[in-house]
Amino acid sequence: MKRGLMNRKLGAAGIISAVVIGVAVLAAVAGPGLAPDNPTLPDLQIAWVGPVAGHLLGFDFEGRDVLSRLLAGAQSSMLGPLVVVSLAMAGGAVFALTAAWRRGAADAVISSGMDVLFAFPGILLAVLATTVFGAGLTAAAVALAIAYLPYVARVLRSGALRERNQPYVQALEVQGASVPRICFGHVLPNMSRIIVAQSTVLFGYAMVDLAAISFLGLGVQPPAANWGVMISENEPGILQGYPLPALAAGACVVAVVIAVNVLGERLLDKAVL
Amino acid sequence: MRFLVRRLAMLAGSLLVASFVIFGALYLAPGSALAALSGGRALPAASVAILNQRYHLNAPFLAQYWYWLENAVHGNLGISITLRENVSTLIGNRIWTTAGLVLYASLIICVGGIGLGVLAGLRPGWLDTSALVTTAVTAAIPSFVASIVLLLVFAVKLGWFPALATGGGGFATDVRTFTLPAVALALSSLAIVARVTRAAIRDEADKEHVQTAISRGIPARQVIQRHILRNAAIPITTVSAITVASLIAVSAVVETAFSMNGLGAYLVQAAQSKDLAVVQGISLVLVTAFVVVNLLADVLYAVLDPRVKLGTKAS
Repeated sequence: MKRGLMNRKLGAAGIISAVVIGVAVLAAVAGPGLAPDNPTLPDLQIAWVGPVAGHLLGFDFEGRDVLSRLLAGAQSSMLGPLVVVSLAMAGGAVFALTAAWRRGAADAVISSGMDVLFAFPGILLAVLATTVFGAGLTAAAVALAIAYLPYVARVLRSGALRERNQPYVQALEVQGASVPRICFGHVLPNMSRIIVAQSTVLFGYAMVDLAAISFLGLGVQPPAANWGVMISENEPGILQGYPLPALAAGACVVAVVIAVNVLGERLLDKAVL
Repeated sequence: MRFLVRRLAMLAGSLLVASFVIFGALYLAPGSALAALSGGRALPAASVAILNQRYHLNAPFLAQYWYWLENAVHGNLGISITLRENVSTLIGNRIWTTAGLVLYASLIICVGGIGLGVLAGLRPGWLDTSALVTTAVTAAIPSFVASIVLLLVFAVKLGWFPALATGGGGFATDVRTFTLPAVALALSSLAIVARVTRAAIRDEADKEHVQTAISRGIPARQVIQRHILRNAAIPITTVSAITVASLIAVSAVVETAFSMNGLGAYLVQAAQSKDLAVVQGISLVLVTAFVVVNLLADVLYAVLDPRVKLGTKAS
Protein backbone atom coordinates (compact mmCIF):
# COMPACT_ATOMS: atom_id res chain seq x y z
CA MET A 1 0.00 0.00 0.00
CA LYS A 2 2.69 2.41 1.03
CA ARG A 3 4.83 1.22 -1.87
CA GLY A 4 1.99 1.90 -4.29
CA LEU A 5 1.71 5.44 -2.98
CA MET A 6 5.42 6.04 -3.49
CA ASN A 7 5.24 4.64 -7.00
CA ARG A 8 2.44 7.01 -7.91
CA LYS A 9 4.24 9.96 -6.46
CA LEU A 10 7.71 9.42 -7.91
CA GLY A 11 7.45 6.95 -10.78
CA ALA A 12 10.19 4.46 -11.69
CA ALA A 13 12.75 7.14 -12.60
CA GLY A 14 12.01 8.96 -9.37
CA ILE A 15 12.56 5.85 -7.26
CA ILE A 16 15.85 5.05 -9.01
CA SER A 17 16.91 8.66 -8.43
CA ALA A 18 16.00 8.44 -4.75
CA VAL A 19 18.10 5.25 -4.46
CA VAL A 20 21.10 6.90 -6.18
CA ILE A 21 20.88 9.88 -3.84
CA GLY A 22 20.47 7.55 -0.86
CA VAL A 23 23.64 5.65 -1.77
CA ALA A 24 25.54 8.92 -2.30
CA VAL A 25 24.37 10.26 1.08
CA LEU A 26 25.35 6.99 2.78
CA ALA A 27 28.79 7.21 1.18
CA ALA A 28 29.09 10.83 2.25
CA VAL A 29 28.22 9.99 5.87
CA ALA A 30 30.02 6.66 6.24
CA GLY A 31 32.31 6.63 3.18
CA PRO A 32 35.73 6.80 4.86
CA GLY A 33 34.61 3.99 7.19
CA LEU A 34 33.31 1.85 4.32
CA ALA A 35 36.42 2.29 2.19
CA PRO A 36 38.25 -1.06 2.04
CA ASP A 37 41.65 0.60 1.49
CA ASN A 38 43.46 3.73 2.61
CA PRO A 39 42.24 6.37 0.13
CA THR A 40 45.28 8.65 0.44
CA LEU A 41 48.24 6.26 0.80
CA PRO A 42 50.08 6.04 -2.55
CA ASP A 43 51.82 2.90 -3.83
CA LEU A 44 53.44 3.84 -7.13
CA GLN A 45 54.25 0.23 -7.99
CA ILE A 46 50.58 -0.48 -8.71
CA ALA A 47 49.76 2.84 -10.43
CA TRP A 48 47.15 2.50 -13.21
CA VAL A 49 46.66 -1.23 -12.47
CA GLY A 50 43.22 -2.29 -13.71
CA PRO A 51 40.42 -4.03 -11.79
CA VAL A 52 41.40 -7.14 -9.85
CA ALA A 53 39.51 -9.24 -7.29
CA GLY A 54 38.98 -7.14 -4.18
CA HIS A 55 39.68 -3.89 -6.10
CA LEU A 56 36.72 -3.66 -8.47
CA LEU A 57 37.70 -0.32 -10.02
CA GLY A 58 41.46 -0.81 -10.05
CA PHE A 59 44.06 1.73 -8.93
CA ASP A 60 44.65 5.38 -9.79
CA PHE A 61 47.76 7.26 -10.98
CA GLU A 62 49.40 6.90 -7.56
CA GLY A 63 48.31 3.31 -7.02
CA ARG A 64 45.45 4.06 -4.63
CA ASP A 65 42.29 1.94 -4.67
CA VAL A 66 39.78 3.88 -6.84
CA LEU A 67 36.68 2.55 -5.06
CA SER A 68 38.05 3.61 -1.66
CA ARG A 69 38.87 7.05 -3.01
CA LEU A 70 35.39 7.41 -4.52
CA LEU A 71 33.81 6.48 -1.17
CA ALA A 72 36.07 8.84 0.77
CA GLY A 73 35.57 11.58 -1.83
CA ALA A 74 31.79 11.44 -1.50
CA GLN A 75 32.03 13.47 1.70
CA SER A 76 33.47 16.68 0.26
CA SER A 77 31.64 16.15 -3.05
CA MET A 78 28.23 16.04 -1.34
CA LEU A 79 28.87 18.30 1.66
CA GLY A 80 30.11 21.21 -0.49
CA PRO A 81 26.88 21.57 -2.52
CA LEU A 82 24.86 21.14 0.69
CA VAL A 83 26.65 24.12 2.24
CA VAL A 84 26.16 26.19 -0.93
CA VAL A 85 22.44 25.40 -1.08
CA SER A 86 21.88 26.07 2.64
CA LEU A 87 23.65 29.44 2.51
CA ALA A 88 21.95 30.54 -0.72
CA MET A 89 18.53 29.44 0.54
CA ALA A 90 18.90 31.13 3.93
CA GLY A 91 20.13 34.37 2.38
CA GLY A 92 17.57 34.22 -0.42
CA ALA A 93 14.70 33.65 2.06
CA VAL A 94 15.71 36.65 4.18
CA PHE A 95 15.98 38.91 1.12
CA ALA A 96 12.72 37.59 -0.36
CA LEU A 97 10.75 38.05 2.86
CA THR A 98 12.19 41.54 3.42
CA ALA A 99 11.32 42.54 -0.14
CA ALA A 100 7.80 41.11 0.12
CA TRP A 101 7.09 42.72 3.51
CA ARG A 102 8.74 46.10 3.22
CA ARG A 103 7.96 46.50 -0.48
CA GLY A 104 8.56 49.97 -1.91
CA ALA A 105 12.13 51.20 -1.59
CA ALA A 106 13.47 48.07 0.15
CA ASP A 107 12.02 45.85 -2.57
CA ALA A 108 13.46 48.08 -5.30
CA VAL A 109 16.92 48.11 -3.67
CA ILE A 110 16.97 44.34 -3.14
CA SER A 111 15.63 43.57 -6.61
CA SER A 112 18.09 45.82 -8.44
CA GLY A 113 20.92 44.61 -6.21
CA MET A 114 20.08 41.08 -7.30
CA ASP A 115 20.03 42.17 -10.96
CA VAL A 116 23.58 43.45 -10.54
CA LEU A 117 24.70 40.21 -8.92
CA PHE A 118 23.47 38.42 -12.03
CA ALA A 119 26.48 40.00 -13.74
CA PHE A 120 28.75 37.54 -11.92
CA PRO A 121 28.89 33.98 -13.21
CA GLY A 122 29.29 31.60 -10.26
CA ILE A 123 32.56 30.02 -11.37
CA LEU A 124 34.16 33.42 -11.95
CA LEU A 125 33.21 34.68 -8.49
CA ALA A 126 34.58 31.46 -7.00
CA VAL A 127 37.89 31.87 -8.86
CA LEU A 128 38.17 35.45 -7.61
CA ALA A 129 37.42 34.30 -4.04
CA THR A 130 39.97 31.50 -4.13
CA THR A 131 42.65 33.88 -5.44
CA VAL A 132 42.09 36.19 -2.52
CA PHE A 133 41.41 33.71 0.30
CA GLY A 134 43.45 30.81 -1.00
CA ALA A 135 42.29 27.66 -2.78
CA GLY A 136 39.83 25.57 -0.80
CA LEU A 137 36.27 24.40 -0.48
CA THR A 138 35.14 27.11 1.96
CA ALA A 139 35.97 30.15 -0.19
CA ALA A 140 34.54 28.48 -3.28
CA ALA A 141 31.32 27.42 -1.53
CA VAL A 142 30.64 30.86 -0.05
CA ALA A 143 31.34 32.53 -3.40
CA LEU A 144 28.97 30.16 -5.21
CA ALA A 145 26.25 30.73 -2.60
CA ILE A 146 26.51 34.48 -3.22
CA ALA A 147 26.39 33.94 -6.98
CA TYR A 148 23.24 31.80 -6.63
CA LEU A 149 21.49 34.32 -4.36
CA PRO A 150 19.72 36.25 -7.17
CA TYR A 151 18.11 33.11 -8.60
CA VAL A 152 16.90 31.96 -5.19
CA ALA A 153 15.75 35.39 -4.06
CA ARG A 154 13.78 35.93 -7.26
CA VAL A 155 11.88 32.65 -6.99
CA LEU A 156 11.23 32.99 -3.26
CA ARG A 157 10.21 36.66 -3.58
CA SER A 158 7.32 35.82 -5.89
CA GLY A 159 6.35 32.99 -3.54
CA ALA A 160 6.51 35.31 -0.53
CA LEU A 161 4.42 37.95 -2.31
CA ARG A 162 1.77 35.33 -3.04
CA GLU A 163 1.68 34.28 0.64
CA ARG A 164 1.64 37.91 1.77
CA ASN A 165 -1.80 38.34 0.20
CA GLN A 166 -3.31 35.22 1.76
CA PRO A 167 -6.12 35.72 4.28
CA TYR A 168 -4.26 33.83 7.01
CA VAL A 169 -1.52 36.47 7.02
CA GLN A 170 -4.09 39.22 7.48
CA ALA A 171 -5.74 37.19 10.22
CA LEU A 172 -2.40 36.86 12.03
CA GLU A 173 -1.73 40.58 11.62
CA VAL A 174 -5.12 41.39 13.11
CA GLN A 175 -4.28 39.13 16.05
CA GLY A 176 -1.16 41.23 16.59
CA ALA A 177 1.45 38.61 15.69
CA SER A 178 4.90 40.09 15.13
CA VAL A 179 6.37 40.19 11.63
CA PRO A 180 9.20 37.71 12.42
CA ARG A 181 6.64 35.32 13.91
CA ILE A 182 4.41 35.53 10.86
CA CYS A 183 7.36 35.13 8.49
CA PHE A 184 9.31 32.39 10.21
CA GLY A 185 6.44 30.64 11.98
CA HIS A 186 3.85 30.65 9.19
CA VAL A 187 4.95 31.94 5.80
CA LEU A 188 8.21 30.01 5.50
CA PRO A 189 6.63 26.66 6.50
CA ASN A 190 3.93 27.30 3.91
CA MET A 191 6.62 27.88 1.30
CA SER A 192 8.43 24.66 2.22
CA ARG A 193 7.43 22.85 -0.96
CA ILE A 194 8.92 25.43 -3.29
CA ILE A 195 11.95 25.76 -0.99
CA VAL A 196 12.62 22.02 -1.03
CA ALA A 197 12.10 21.77 -4.81
CA GLN A 198 14.33 24.77 -5.48
CA SER A 199 17.02 23.43 -3.15
CA THR A 200 17.04 20.10 -4.96
CA VAL A 201 17.49 21.74 -8.36
CA LEU A 202 20.16 24.08 -6.97
CA PHE A 203 22.05 21.16 -5.43
CA GLY A 204 22.70 19.78 -8.91
CA TYR A 205 24.09 23.09 -10.17
CA ALA A 206 26.22 23.52 -7.04
CA MET A 207 27.59 20.00 -7.41
CA VAL A 208 28.67 20.62 -11.01
CA ASP A 209 30.19 24.04 -10.28
CA LEU A 210 32.06 22.90 -7.15
CA ALA A 211 33.37 19.79 -8.90
CA ALA A 212 34.53 22.06 -11.74
CA ILE A 213 36.37 24.29 -9.27
CA SER A 214 38.05 21.27 -7.68
CA PHE A 215 38.83 20.00 -11.19
CA LEU A 216 40.57 23.34 -11.84
CA GLY A 217 42.69 22.83 -8.72
CA LEU A 218 41.10 25.71 -6.80
CA GLY A 219 38.76 23.72 -4.55
CA VAL A 220 39.53 20.60 -2.52
CA GLN A 221 43.30 20.13 -2.50
CA PRO A 222 44.94 16.78 -3.23
CA PRO A 223 45.79 14.34 -1.75
CA ALA A 224 42.34 14.74 -0.11
CA ALA A 225 39.79 12.67 -2.02
CA ASN A 226 37.09 14.44 -4.06
CA TRP A 227 35.32 13.49 -7.28
CA GLY A 228 36.37 16.67 -9.11
CA VAL A 229 39.98 16.27 -7.94
CA MET A 230 39.96 12.62 -9.03
CA ILE A 231 38.93 13.57 -12.57
CA SER A 232 41.70 16.13 -12.96
CA GLU A 233 44.50 14.09 -11.35
CA ASN A 234 43.61 11.02 -13.43
CA GLU A 235 43.10 12.92 -16.69
CA PRO A 236 46.58 11.90 -17.99
CA GLY A 237 45.30 8.31 -17.82
CA ILE A 238 42.80 9.11 -20.58
CA LEU A 239 45.63 9.80 -23.02
CA GLN A 240 47.77 6.92 -21.75
CA GLY A 241 45.05 4.30 -22.07
CA TYR A 242 43.92 4.02 -18.43
CA PRO A 243 40.61 5.88 -18.47
CA LEU A 244 38.82 4.00 -15.69
CA PRO A 245 39.76 6.11 -12.61
CA ALA A 246 38.77 9.43 -14.24
CA LEU A 247 35.63 7.96 -15.81
CA ALA A 248 34.50 6.39 -12.52
CA ALA A 249 34.71 9.73 -10.73
CA GLY A 250 32.92 11.46 -13.62
CA ALA A 251 30.17 8.82 -13.52
CA CYS A 252 29.58 9.52 -9.81
CA VAL A 253 29.06 13.25 -10.48
CA VAL A 254 26.78 12.61 -13.46
CA ALA A 255 24.70 9.96 -11.62
CA VAL A 256 24.02 12.21 -8.63
CA VAL A 257 23.29 15.25 -10.83
CA ILE A 258 20.81 13.32 -13.00
CA ALA A 259 19.12 11.86 -9.91
CA VAL A 260 18.85 15.28 -8.28
CA ASN A 261 17.50 16.82 -11.50
CA VAL A 262 14.83 14.14 -11.94
CA LEU A 263 13.73 14.42 -8.33
CA GLY A 264 13.85 18.23 -8.43
CA GLU A 265 11.69 18.37 -11.55
CA ARG A 266 9.07 16.11 -9.94
CA LEU A 267 9.08 18.20 -6.78
CA LEU A 268 8.82 21.46 -8.77
CA ASP A 269 5.80 20.12 -10.68
CA LYS A 270 4.11 19.41 -7.36
CA ALA A 271 5.17 22.69 -5.76
CA VAL A 272 3.70 24.80 -8.53
CA LEU A 273 0.32 23.11 -8.38
CA MET B 1 14.29 53.66 -27.41
CA ARG B 2 13.53 54.30 -23.76
CA PHE B 3 13.88 50.58 -23.26
CA LEU B 4 17.35 50.65 -24.74
CA VAL B 5 18.42 53.62 -22.63
CA ARG B 6 17.16 51.98 -19.46
CA ARG B 7 18.89 48.74 -20.37
CA LEU B 8 22.18 50.55 -21.14
CA ALA B 9 22.01 52.34 -17.79
CA MET B 10 21.55 48.98 -16.09
CA LEU B 11 24.55 47.63 -18.01
CA ALA B 12 26.70 50.54 -16.85
CA GLY B 13 25.51 50.02 -13.27
CA SER B 14 26.24 46.29 -13.39
CA LEU B 15 29.71 46.87 -14.76
CA LEU B 16 30.46 49.54 -12.18
CA VAL B 17 29.43 47.31 -9.29
CA ALA B 18 31.22 44.31 -10.79
CA SER B 19 34.42 46.32 -11.20
CA PHE B 20 34.08 47.54 -7.62
CA VAL B 21 33.78 43.95 -6.39
CA ILE B 22 36.77 42.89 -8.51
CA PHE B 23 38.88 45.77 -7.19
CA GLY B 24 37.60 45.42 -3.64
CA ALA B 25 38.73 41.77 -3.57
CA LEU B 26 42.18 43.25 -3.01
CA TYR B 27 41.10 44.55 0.36
CA LEU B 28 39.03 41.54 1.40
CA ALA B 29 42.20 39.47 1.42
CA PRO B 30 43.66 38.69 4.81
CA GLY B 31 46.73 40.87 5.34
CA SER B 32 47.63 44.05 3.50
CA ALA B 33 46.74 44.98 -0.07
CA LEU B 34 50.42 44.82 -0.87
CA ALA B 35 50.55 41.19 0.28
CA ALA B 36 47.51 40.40 -1.86
CA LEU B 37 49.10 42.00 -4.92
CA SER B 38 52.37 40.17 -4.45
CA GLY B 39 50.60 36.91 -3.68
CA GLY B 40 52.46 36.67 -0.37
CA ARG B 41 55.88 36.77 -2.09
CA ALA B 42 58.71 38.69 -0.49
CA LEU B 43 59.51 41.59 -2.81
CA PRO B 44 62.55 43.84 -3.01
CA ALA B 45 61.98 47.39 -1.80
CA ALA B 46 62.10 48.76 -5.35
CA SER B 47 59.22 46.51 -6.45
CA VAL B 48 57.22 47.50 -3.38
CA ALA B 49 57.71 51.15 -4.30
CA ILE B 50 56.57 50.44 -7.87
CA LEU B 51 53.45 48.62 -6.65
CA ASN B 52 52.75 51.43 -4.18
CA GLN B 53 52.95 53.96 -6.96
CA ARG B 54 51.02 51.91 -9.52
CA TYR B 55 48.12 51.15 -7.20
CA HIS B 56 48.30 54.44 -5.29
CA LEU B 57 48.29 52.37 -2.12
CA ASN B 58 48.76 55.43 0.04
CA ALA B 59 45.69 57.17 -1.36
CA PRO B 60 42.22 56.71 0.19
CA PHE B 61 40.34 53.56 -0.86
CA LEU B 62 37.86 55.22 -3.22
CA ALA B 63 40.60 57.23 -4.92
CA GLN B 64 42.54 54.03 -5.46
CA TYR B 65 39.48 52.44 -7.01
CA TRP B 66 39.03 55.45 -9.27
CA TYR B 67 42.66 55.37 -10.49
CA TRP B 68 42.40 51.65 -11.11
CA LEU B 69 39.11 51.99 -13.01
CA GLU B 70 40.43 54.88 -15.07
CA ASN B 71 43.45 52.82 -16.08
CA ALA B 72 41.30 49.79 -16.82
CA VAL B 73 39.01 51.79 -19.10
CA HIS B 74 42.10 52.94 -20.99
CA GLY B 75 43.21 49.35 -21.40
CA ASN B 76 45.88 49.44 -18.73
CA LEU B 77 45.21 46.50 -16.43
CA GLY B 78 48.48 46.43 -14.53
CA ILE B 79 51.39 44.02 -14.64
CA SER B 80 51.50 40.30 -13.99
CA ILE B 81 53.55 39.61 -10.87
CA THR B 82 54.75 36.25 -12.19
CA LEU B 83 55.39 37.04 -15.87
CA ARG B 84 56.30 40.73 -15.45
CA GLU B 85 54.35 41.65 -18.53
CA ASN B 86 51.40 43.90 -19.21
CA VAL B 87 48.15 42.16 -18.31
CA SER B 88 46.44 43.69 -21.36
CA THR B 89 49.11 42.20 -23.65
CA LEU B 90 48.75 38.83 -21.96
CA ILE B 91 44.98 39.01 -22.37
CA GLY B 92 45.28 40.16 -25.99
CA ASN B 93 47.40 37.11 -26.83
CA ARG B 94 44.78 34.74 -25.52
CA ILE B 95 41.42 36.38 -26.07
CA TRP B 96 40.87 35.01 -29.58
CA THR B 97 41.26 31.41 -28.46
CA THR B 98 38.47 31.93 -25.94
CA ALA B 99 36.31 33.98 -28.29
CA GLY B 100 36.69 31.36 -31.02
CA LEU B 101 35.85 28.55 -28.62
CA VAL B 102 32.76 30.29 -27.23
CA LEU B 103 31.53 31.32 -30.71
CA TYR B 104 32.03 27.81 -32.10
CA ALA B 105 30.18 26.32 -29.09
CA SER B 106 27.37 28.88 -29.45
CA LEU B 107 26.98 27.92 -33.09
CA ILE B 108 26.75 24.24 -32.14
CA ILE B 109 24.18 25.05 -29.46
CA CYS B 110 21.98 27.20 -31.71
CA VAL B 111 22.05 24.90 -34.74
CA GLY B 112 21.99 21.59 -32.86
CA GLY B 113 19.83 22.52 -29.89
CA ILE B 114 17.18 24.50 -31.72
CA GLY B 115 17.18 22.05 -34.64
CA LEU B 116 16.73 19.05 -32.38
CA GLY B 117 14.07 20.83 -30.32
CA VAL B 118 12.06 21.86 -33.39
CA LEU B 119 12.22 18.34 -34.82
CA ALA B 120 11.18 16.74 -31.56
CA GLY B 121 8.45 19.32 -31.01
CA LEU B 122 6.89 18.89 -34.43
CA ARG B 123 7.12 15.10 -34.58
CA PRO B 124 5.68 13.41 -31.52
CA GLY B 125 6.56 9.73 -31.35
CA TRP B 126 9.76 7.73 -31.00
CA LEU B 127 12.01 10.61 -32.11
CA ASP B 128 10.49 12.91 -29.52
CA THR B 129 10.69 10.33 -26.72
CA SER B 130 14.28 9.40 -27.45
CA ALA B 131 15.26 13.07 -27.72
CA LEU B 132 13.65 13.74 -24.34
CA VAL B 133 15.52 10.92 -22.59
CA THR B 134 18.86 11.69 -24.27
CA THR B 135 18.69 15.40 -23.49
CA ALA B 136 17.72 14.71 -19.86
CA VAL B 137 20.94 12.73 -19.46
CA THR B 138 23.10 15.06 -21.57
CA ALA B 139 21.95 18.14 -19.67
CA ALA B 140 23.44 16.63 -16.51
CA ILE B 141 26.90 16.00 -18.00
CA PRO B 142 29.31 18.68 -16.73
CA SER B 143 31.83 20.11 -19.20
CA PHE B 144 34.81 18.43 -17.55
CA VAL B 145 33.20 15.00 -17.81
CA ALA B 146 32.21 15.68 -21.42
CA SER B 147 35.81 16.72 -22.08
CA ILE B 148 37.39 13.51 -20.83
CA VAL B 149 34.80 11.29 -22.55
CA LEU B 150 35.22 13.11 -25.89
CA LEU B 151 39.01 12.96 -25.52
CA LEU B 152 38.83 9.25 -24.84
CA VAL B 153 36.48 8.39 -27.70
CA PHE B 154 37.41 10.79 -30.51
CA ALA B 155 41.05 11.60 -29.79
CA VAL B 156 42.46 8.43 -28.22
CA LYS B 157 40.28 5.58 -29.57
CA LEU B 158 39.23 6.91 -32.99
CA GLY B 159 42.00 9.44 -33.55
CA TRP B 160 39.72 11.78 -35.49
CA PHE B 161 40.74 14.93 -33.61
CA PRO B 162 43.94 16.03 -31.84
CA ALA B 163 44.01 15.66 -28.05
CA LEU B 164 45.72 18.98 -27.39
CA ALA B 165 44.01 22.03 -28.81
CA THR B 166 46.93 24.41 -29.09
CA GLY B 167 45.68 26.15 -32.24
CA GLY B 168 47.80 28.44 -34.39
CA GLY B 169 47.42 26.64 -37.72
CA GLY B 170 45.29 27.68 -40.67
CA PHE B 171 41.52 28.06 -40.41
CA ALA B 172 40.80 24.44 -41.33
CA THR B 173 43.29 23.15 -38.72
CA ASP B 174 41.85 25.48 -36.10
CA VAL B 175 38.34 24.23 -36.77
CA ARG B 176 39.57 20.66 -36.34
CA THR B 177 41.47 21.35 -33.11
CA PHE B 178 38.64 23.41 -31.67
CA THR B 179 35.88 20.91 -32.48
CA LEU B 180 36.23 18.63 -29.43
CA PRO B 181 36.54 21.49 -26.89
CA ALA B 182 33.62 23.33 -28.49
CA VAL B 183 31.41 20.23 -28.36
CA ALA B 184 32.43 19.60 -24.73
CA LEU B 185 31.55 23.19 -23.88
CA ALA B 186 28.27 23.08 -25.81
CA LEU B 187 26.92 19.67 -24.85
CA SER B 188 24.87 20.29 -21.71
CA SER B 189 23.61 23.69 -22.92
CA LEU B 190 22.61 22.12 -26.23
CA ALA B 191 20.43 19.67 -24.33
CA ILE B 192 18.82 22.44 -22.29
CA VAL B 193 18.13 24.57 -25.37
CA ALA B 194 16.66 21.53 -27.17
CA ARG B 195 14.32 20.82 -24.25
CA VAL B 196 13.11 24.39 -23.95
CA THR B 197 12.67 24.64 -27.73
CA ARG B 198 10.63 21.44 -27.80
CA ALA B 199 8.42 22.62 -24.95
CA ALA B 200 7.89 26.03 -26.60
CA ILE B 201 6.96 24.47 -29.94
CA ARG B 202 4.59 21.99 -28.28
CA ASP B 203 3.04 24.79 -26.26
CA GLU B 204 2.48 27.01 -29.28
CA ALA B 205 1.17 24.17 -31.49
CA ASP B 206 -1.61 23.51 -28.98
CA LYS B 207 -2.84 27.11 -29.00
CA GLU B 208 -6.14 28.17 -30.52
CA HIS B 209 -4.69 30.43 -33.20
CA VAL B 210 -2.77 27.48 -34.62
CA GLN B 211 -5.86 25.26 -34.59
CA THR B 212 -7.75 28.06 -36.33
CA ALA B 213 -5.04 28.40 -38.96
CA ILE B 214 -5.11 24.66 -39.61
CA SER B 215 -8.89 24.58 -39.88
CA ARG B 216 -8.80 27.51 -42.31
CA GLY B 217 -6.81 25.23 -44.58
CA ILE B 218 -3.48 27.09 -44.41
CA PRO B 219 -0.70 24.77 -45.60
CA ALA B 220 1.20 23.03 -42.79
CA ARG B 221 4.50 24.62 -43.86
CA GLN B 222 3.10 28.13 -43.43
CA VAL B 223 1.42 27.29 -40.13
CA ILE B 224 4.74 26.04 -38.79
CA GLN B 225 6.75 29.00 -40.06
CA ARG B 226 4.40 31.89 -39.40
CA HIS B 227 2.32 30.74 -36.48
CA ILE B 228 4.35 28.28 -34.47
CA LEU B 229 8.02 29.17 -34.98
CA ARG B 230 7.52 32.94 -34.88
CA ASN B 231 5.78 32.80 -31.51
CA ALA B 232 7.98 30.10 -30.04
CA ALA B 233 11.05 32.16 -30.97
CA ILE B 234 10.74 34.28 -27.81
CA PRO B 235 11.45 31.66 -25.14
CA ILE B 236 13.95 29.98 -27.48
CA THR B 237 15.97 33.18 -27.86
CA THR B 238 15.95 33.83 -24.13
CA VAL B 239 17.25 30.42 -23.16
CA SER B 240 19.81 30.35 -25.98
CA ALA B 241 21.21 33.72 -24.94
CA ILE B 242 21.37 32.79 -21.26
CA THR B 243 23.19 29.54 -21.99
CA VAL B 244 25.59 31.20 -24.43
CA ALA B 245 26.41 33.83 -21.80
CA SER B 246 27.09 31.10 -19.27
CA LEU B 247 29.66 29.51 -21.62
CA ILE B 248 31.98 32.47 -21.08
CA ALA B 249 32.83 31.38 -17.53
CA VAL B 250 32.71 27.63 -18.19
CA SER B 251 35.25 28.01 -21.02
CA ALA B 252 37.91 28.05 -18.25
CA VAL B 253 37.11 24.42 -17.46
CA VAL B 254 37.22 23.20 -21.06
CA GLU B 255 40.39 25.16 -21.86
CA THR B 256 42.09 23.57 -18.87
CA ALA B 257 40.91 20.07 -19.82
CA PHE B 258 42.25 20.44 -23.38
CA SER B 259 45.36 22.43 -22.36
CA MET B 260 44.25 25.35 -24.53
CA ASN B 261 46.03 28.67 -24.34
CA GLY B 262 42.91 30.73 -23.66
CA LEU B 263 41.80 33.40 -21.20
CA GLY B 264 39.97 30.97 -18.92
CA ALA B 265 42.87 28.55 -18.54
CA TYR B 266 45.15 31.52 -17.89
CA LEU B 267 42.71 32.85 -15.28
CA VAL B 268 42.95 29.53 -13.45
CA GLN B 269 46.76 29.49 -13.60
CA ALA B 270 46.85 33.05 -12.30
CA ALA B 271 44.45 32.15 -9.48
CA GLN B 272 46.66 29.21 -8.50
CA SER B 273 49.78 31.37 -8.43
CA LYS B 274 47.88 34.23 -6.73
CA ASP B 275 48.64 36.67 -9.52
CA LEU B 276 45.91 39.10 -8.52
CA ALA B 277 46.39 41.70 -11.27
CA VAL B 278 45.86 39.03 -13.92
CA VAL B 279 42.81 37.56 -12.15
CA GLN B 280 41.30 41.05 -11.84
CA GLY B 281 41.99 41.88 -15.48
CA ILE B 282 40.57 38.67 -16.90
CA SER B 283 37.56 38.78 -14.54
CA LEU B 284 36.81 42.28 -15.76
CA VAL B 285 36.99 41.20 -19.41
CA LEU B 286 34.84 38.10 -18.84
CA VAL B 287 32.22 39.94 -16.78
CA THR B 288 32.00 42.62 -19.47
CA ALA B 289 31.50 39.98 -22.15
CA PHE B 290 28.88 38.25 -19.99
CA VAL B 291 26.94 41.47 -19.38
CA VAL B 292 27.11 42.54 -23.03
CA VAL B 293 25.79 39.18 -24.26
CA ASN B 294 22.94 39.47 -21.76
CA LEU B 295 22.17 42.96 -23.07
CA LEU B 296 22.12 41.72 -26.66
CA ALA B 297 19.72 38.98 -25.57
CA ASP B 298 17.37 41.53 -24.03
CA VAL B 299 17.47 43.71 -27.14
CA LEU B 300 16.76 40.73 -29.37
CA TYR B 301 13.94 39.79 -27.03
CA ALA B 302 12.42 43.27 -27.39
CA VAL B 303 12.68 43.06 -31.18
CA LEU B 304 10.85 39.73 -31.18
CA ASP B 305 8.22 40.72 -28.64
CA PRO B 306 6.94 44.30 -29.05
CA ARG B 307 5.18 44.09 -25.68
CA VAL B 308 8.57 44.33 -23.94
CA LYS B 309 9.44 47.57 -25.72
CA LEU B 310 6.13 49.12 -24.79
CA GLY B 311 6.90 48.48 -21.15
CA THR B 312 4.04 46.09 -20.53
CA LYS B 313 4.86 42.71 -19.08
CA ALA B 314 4.97 39.86 -21.55
CA SER B 315 2.94 36.99 -20.24
